[in-house]
Amino acid sequence: MATIKVGMADLNICKAPDMITTLGLGSCIGIALYDPVVKIGGLAHIMLPDSRQMRNNSNIAKFADTGIEELVRRVVAAGANKRRLVAKIAGGAKMFEVNGLSGIGNVGERNAIASREKLKQLGIPLLAEDTGLNFGRTVELYPATGEFYIKAVGKTRRII
Amino acid sequence: MGKFSLDQVNEIYFDVLKEIGNIGAGNATTAISNLLNIKVDMDVPQVAFLTFQELPTAISAEEETVVGIYLEVESDIGGSMMFVLKMESAHYLVNRLMGRPDSYAEEFNEMDLSAIKEIGNIISGSYLSALSTMTNMVITSSVPYLAIDMAAAILSVPAIQFGQYGDNALLIQTEFGDDVKIQGFFILMPDVDSYDKILASLGISL
Repeated sequence: MATIKVGMADLNICKAPDMITTLGLGSCIGIALYDPVVKIGGLAHIMLPDSRQMRNNSNIAKFADTGIEELVRRVVAAGANKRRLVAKIAGGAKMFEVNGLSGIGNVGERNAIASREKLKQLGIPLLAEDTGLNFGRTVELYPATGEFYIKAVGKTRRII
Repeated sequence: MGKFSLDQVNEIYFDVLKEIGNIGAGNATTAISNLLNIKVDMDVPQVAFLTFQELPTAISAEEETVVGIYLEVESDIGGSMMFVLKMESAHYLVNRLMGRPDSYAEEFNEMDLSAIKEIGNIISGSYLSALSTMTNMVITSSVPYLAIDMAAAILSVPAIQFGQYGDNALLIQTEFGDDVKIQGFFILMPDVDSYDKILASLGISL
């Protein structure tokens, strides 16, 4: 079983029995998609909610909207059926309790909202999520089972 | 929208950042030396221009716990700044401040956390005053905010700030200390209009 690592503003696909992971999501979101029948999945690590608000938006894996679209394209190209795809998401923390509303304070929440909206727009059911609060998360997707593991400092590992 | 794009970062800007890092670290060293009543030496800071793939591991492994201190930058320029300390450096500083043996490594208590915030405040203030002196601008900061978590999660905050106008982040690494080296990483995140103001005040045109 191989481990596929996804970096920041990055995405990739994964076939069972392999596992795909991204380490230390803070305000970013990890979006896991998988097809439970063919056991093909993918993971995106997005940083910002909306590519249309940015002048420099060539890195499509950086944004929830373009990142999810590209992830769908990649898992379908790898053999998944778009109609069977389901999603789980994690991350979107508020790492610092900044009082002001100067953008960075709520970017995690905006990332989560944008991710949910994009999935809804594409008709992909969001089966589970672990978002918000104030801590970092490492996630692991096992396309063999669809299990999405979440690890955080000082907390026991969860499966959603 | 400012004219600045990180893709245009050139040698001169790098040198300016290095100089800010130098003066800032110098100020910080003096401040820490006075605070802890120890002799502190400083190395020449390194300025690195990192991609988002490189940033999460620039300080430590992605999942290693580090201390992040975040402040909003206000007045003539806007933006934010972050100071990241490795855990052993944070423990060392707090132990010195609290008069505990260097080997003490229990989980931080409330007093320790306040002490770390204050250390972060002093160090960040040192960098900001360097920037203020060089640019002749009034630069103030908010109260410090603290997070102790995975390095990649802490660094997602500056990554997102930089991500709004490019695919790279600028990191200034400084080392200071006496017998034990304290490794600190400083990230200045002016908002996009403030880059233009900083560069203009330094007489650099893009």
